[in-house]
Amino acid sequence: MSVTIGLLLALSFLVSLLALAFLIWAVTNRQLQLHQGQAYTVFTPGEAGTPDDATLPGDDAQSVGPHHYDAEREGIDAVSRRPVMILIGSGIAWLAIGSIFGLMASLKLHWPDWLTDVAPLTFGRVRTLHLNLVIYGWLSMTGIGVALWIAPRIFHTALRHPRLPVIGAVLWNIAVACGALAIASGWTDGEEWLEIPWQIDGLLALAGAFFVWPLLHTALRRNVDHIYVTGWYYLGALCWFPVLFFIANLPGIHSGVQEATVNWWFAHNVLGLWLTPLGVGAAYYFIPKIIGKPIYSYSLSLLGFWALALFYSQVGIHHLIGGPVPTWVVTLSIVHSVMMFVPVIAVAINQHVTVARNLWAFKASIPLRFVSLGALMYTLASFQGSIEALRAVNTVTHFTQYTVGHAHLGAYGFVSFVLFGAVYHMGPRLTGRQWPAPALIAVHFWLVVVGFAIYFFALTIGGVLQGLAMLDATRPFADSVTVLAPYLEARSVGGALMTLGHLIFAGHFVALLAQGRAPHATTAPTDTVPATQA
Amino acid sequence: MNRVIPLGILALAILAFATLMLVILPGIQIRTEAPTPGLRPYSEAELRGRAVYVSEGCVYCHSQQPRSLDQAPDGERGWGRASVASDYFYDQPHQLGTMRTGPDLQNVGARLPSEAWHMTHLYQPRALYDWSVMPAYPYLFEVKDKAAPGDVVVALPERYAPEGKVVVAKPRARDLVAYLRSLDRTFPAPPTAVRDDGYSEQGEPR
Repeated sequence: MSVTIGLLLALSFLVSLLALAFLIWAVTNRQLQLHQGQAYTVFTPGEAGTPDDATLPGDDAQSVGPHHYDAEREGIDAVSRRPVMILIGSGIAWLAIGSIFGLMASLKLHWPDWLTDVAPLTFGRVRTLHLNLVIYGWLSMTGIGVALWIAPRIFHTALRHPRLPVIGAVLWNIAVACGALAIASGWTDGEEWLEIPWQIDGLLALAGAFFVWPLLHTALRRNVDHIYVTGWYYLGALCWFPVLFFIANLPGIHSGVQEATVNWWFAHNVLGLWLTPLGVGAAYYFIPKIIGKPIYSYSLSLLGFWALALFYSQVGIHHLIGGPVPTWVVTLSIVHSVMMFVPVIAVAINQHVTVARNLWAFKASIPLRFVSLGALMYTLASFQGSIEALRAVNTVTHFTQYTVGHAHLGAYGFVSFVLFGAVYHMGPRLTGRQWPAPALIAVHFWLVVVGFAIYFFALTIGGVLQGLAMLDATRPFADSVTVLAPYLEARSVGGALMTLGHLIFAGHFVALLAQGRAPHATTAPTDTVPATQA
Repeated sequence: MNRVIPLGILALAILAFATLMLVILPGIQIRTEAPTPGLRPYSEAELRGRAVYVSEGCVYCHSQQPRSLDQAPDGERGWGRASVASDYFYDQPHQLGTMRTGPDLQNVGARLPSEAWHMTHLYQPRALYDWSVMPAYPYLFEVKDKAAPGDVVVALPERYAPEGKVVVAKPRARDLVAYLRSLDRTFPAPPTAVRDDGYSEQGEPR
């Protein structure tokens, strides 16, 4: 024990020294100076002050043209159009399939004799299919697609190697499909979030490289000195995810409880260092872009980013509180979970104040409503997560459906909502056509908002009751099952509304594509000039 | 921030630090532990059964990590003593689990040693508990006109028994039950064994 403490103390001393050295370097090189003018990087000169939403009624109904500054980016958008379309289209297809598996899993929890005759449809596999399809199919592919569209715009230069992401998307799709088939047939690595067999993970990793290099190369060749905050999150995520994925999937070296710590280090970092940067990064772009005004306090975003990196990376073991892991590592993760208040409040001030000062835009623009509601749910999910990690709270909520509700508040309420808004914003710009039935966007919005509200509150309340029943030694275990039953049924209702919303979303996207692409001038420049304001 | 390379290096350094704290250091500490005295390796059949447990996704509803009595009444429910890291010496992949839609199974072999009970329960959980929401696993069994010698016949109440036929366990079901019955870590854990003692009211945390 004393050796462990000694090592930890020595280590933290060493790390502090390194961090201090880096801080000195950063200050002397003016890396830490941000001024509000740099928040204008998302705009081109003269653009700030003009709201930007192609789904607003009253715009030119047929062809594009609601935002004349888009013409300046035409050359940039044209280069990234194909990979972005393929990635987003694939993501939406996986969303539709993944939601159906999710709904099946939900129904099976209160209809246990439904579809039990064949192994691929048993609860343990259907639930796993849902998770892997929505994480690696929908969220990852759509998130990368949005990143490939935003990054060239904030770097003010066209995407480099635009063919590579197309190859990457094809490989990634093959890998996700193979992974799904493997799980359905019972071939799994057997750990939550890491079920896809490592042999297939190799293909996912290869596909990932086809996204990393073009983005990195575009960042290095950018036409603006400053990297906008969205770019930090994207570059960070691109560094982090490959490392996480590689270490966690190394076959044969992990076992027993040590494997469990790797499992949760990975699983929580997929949320914190992969999906969260994809979502927060996109929100940091779309909120100011749609409103037409820069974010509230640009320097605060620096704190938000680095605190996220520092604290989020060490929260994973809060999934093993009270378990057979060393006390110190559990405590470490709890402390970092609570510290997550720092980056979350920083991001919250920035994004919510920007929206709150422009509520007219929140009312008028459904894409903005999706994105800023998603950002709001990031704040709520993170606060909830910090509190959930406290030992006293965790004793009740651990091992219950409460955790499932929390996971969906993050991955669905936050990241998926931001991506919905992003796709609605990008659709007309990618095709040059308006959404064929704008009313369906509102239908989608209300279906998923109402559906998710039912979903979340059912699991949150049901989960607490389940946990309290389990903690009461005078009540039989059966009580924790029966008390939960009506809440699981309510969850299925919510989940069905959400799935319906997704099918409408997917159908609407197909209809958008079916209109074909509007003719465009092809001589637009592939570099733009960033707006500046001191 | 205006530089790509320093940003990437710092981002990776932070992740490396997290990896050191959450993966490498706990790994070293856990790996130095010998298996808990009394723990035996799984037999061939039990390992095959464990593979069935993994591929059917039992872990999504059943944990294998009883909590200490300082925290929760897991022990009073008959789920066994608080588990320690060295109890999982032979487990790969780990199946600690994070959900208790059903009860903890770390010591199910000690609590429910009967093969016949498990067979009935896997074929149709509601034949034993009407409140159960566990899926039935009919595909681990086959329905025959008559049992052959050596078959394990599933005992079923009239309501769930196919008329005029018998239900016998496929090899996968027999392996799975062998694994479930092997889950017995009721032997005492050494006082210095590694686990989260954050709820302990006395003594120094380990």
